Amino acid sequence: MLLQQLADGIATGAIYSALALAIVLVFRASRTLNFAQGEFALLGAYVSWQLVVWGLPVWAALPVSMALLAVLSAASERALIRPLARRHQALPLIIVTLGLMIAINAVIGWAWTYQTKEVPALFGGGAVDLGGVAVSRQDIGIVLTVLVVAVVLGVLFEFTRWGLRMRAAVSAPESAELSGISTGRTMTMGWAIAGAVGALAGTLIAPELFLHPGMMAPVLIYAFAAATLGGLDSPVGALIGGLAVGVVENLAGSYLPHGSDFKQVVALVIIVVVLLVRPQGILGRREVVRV
Amino acid sequence: MSLLTAEIASAGYGRATVLHDVDLEVPAEGRLAVLGANGAGKTTVLRTLSGLTRVEGSIRLDGRELVGLSPYRIAAAGIAHVPQGRGTFGDLTVRENLLVGGATRPSRAARAEADRWMERFPRLGERAARPASGLSGGEQQLLAIARALMSAPRLLLLDEPSLGLAPKITAELFATLDVLCRETGTAMLLVEQNAQAALGIAEQAVVIESGQITLRGPAAELRDDDEVRRAYLGV
Repeated sequence: MLLQQLADGIATGAIYSALALAIVLVFRASRTLNFAQGEFALLGAYVSWQLVVWGLPVWAALPVSMALLAVLSAASERALIRPLARRHQALPLIIVTLGLMIAINAVIGWAWTYQTKEVPALFGGGAVDLGGVAVSRQDIGIVLTVLVVAVVLGVLFEFTRWGLRMRAAVSAPESAELSGISTGRTMTMGWAIAGAVGALAGTLIAPELFLHPGMMAPVLIYAFAAATLGGLDSPVGALIGGLAVGVVENLAGSYLPHGSDFKQVVALVIIVVVLLVRPQGILGRREVVRV
Repeated sequence: MSLLTAEIASAGYGRATVLHDVDLEVPAEGRLAVLGANGAGKTTVLRTLSGLTRVEGSIRLDGRELVGLSPYRIAAAGIAHVPQGRGTFGDLTVRENLLVGGATRPSRAARAEADRWMERFPRLGERAARPASGLSGGEQQLLAIARALMSAPRLLLLDEPSLGLAPKITAELFATLDVLCRETGTAMLLVEQNAQAALGIAEQAVVIESGQITLRGPAAELRDDDEVRRAYLGV
């Protein structure tokens, strides 16, 4: 029973990890929280669904959706965020992302209606027996996919020139610019990757939750909890935080009285406790919080 | 023709204007020191040359106009800037710091160049894989200079390299700078409070007060100037 709960928690946690990773990438690029991240993911899920309806296999639809969302996310950075970021207005920046969240949601409702849609599982139905624990193929697929994306991004960031430029721009933006690195370009790149990772998270979770315009709202809260727990500027922290939040959420849902009714409260409790006890999160840098 | 010709009518941040009518010239492989008290506008001179301020006027490097270019394009055009406080990428390793300095060069050339710097300064080489934040002040300054020279610049801008360093370390640092710039044929524009050290290494010097140049001449002459001696050399 406990092992089963852990396995389920890890699968949903992997989704939170992916979305938290997107939040962290944007935070590192622009020092702002992107409240529209969930809606970007939702839009990615709808695009995937639409492509499948039009006859594309889901495995072909996913990369197209990720690419499209990368472009949209980068475009919103250039058009909406950059002009404000130049003037160092942190709070207006957050409000702009909130507005963007509402706008994207409205567009989705207008384009695809508010009716629930069924999305085919990417990894087929059925379950696999892992040492007495039944794990659905979809869950295994989700965890492996997020793992692959995490490893690919990790290699890009740590071992390529392009990744070094991104890290330098985050570490000391002015110094990076004085070294010939366009921090504007690295910023846009951060948003683009976040858009793609978000679309992946949305498409992966859509078969579990059923696709409707309100689908990502609760997921976004868990992802914020995960990013806060891991440290807002730490991609590795986001991955760990997501898994932890997924597991805690599942255990609380099963073992606490009325747990399944108050699952969402778990996210709030995690956010508040982390901010009180260790504001920079597990792997975050301390300076970030002081700024 | 001079390597750098700056005719800064005015420069500043937002609505505040810091510099007025500052004209500077640095010949190829030449060395210019900018002296002045705290708040005189010395740092703003360097930040203006790197495109970090709002500026009116003309700044040309080898005849190419730089006003209006982004800082990263100015860096790519051949100006390397060691900012005040050294601008170290604290959470990147020493080696990565050097590689960032070579960001405008082909990656193979940058890697080879980084290896050369770490051989040359074993104190950096020994810490190649450690975060640069662990280096001492003098080591960080050395790293910052090596990082700047990684881009093979035409002109090196240095903002108070002696800040926070013990006199002995400062002397070593300036000796190293002297040798490095001569070897690589890099011109130097140096901003310093430590006028003694700056005039020792520079060929020409200007004194800046309230954002305006009040005195200019060969470094040797300024060293003997009564006004400069009293105000900046403390003798």
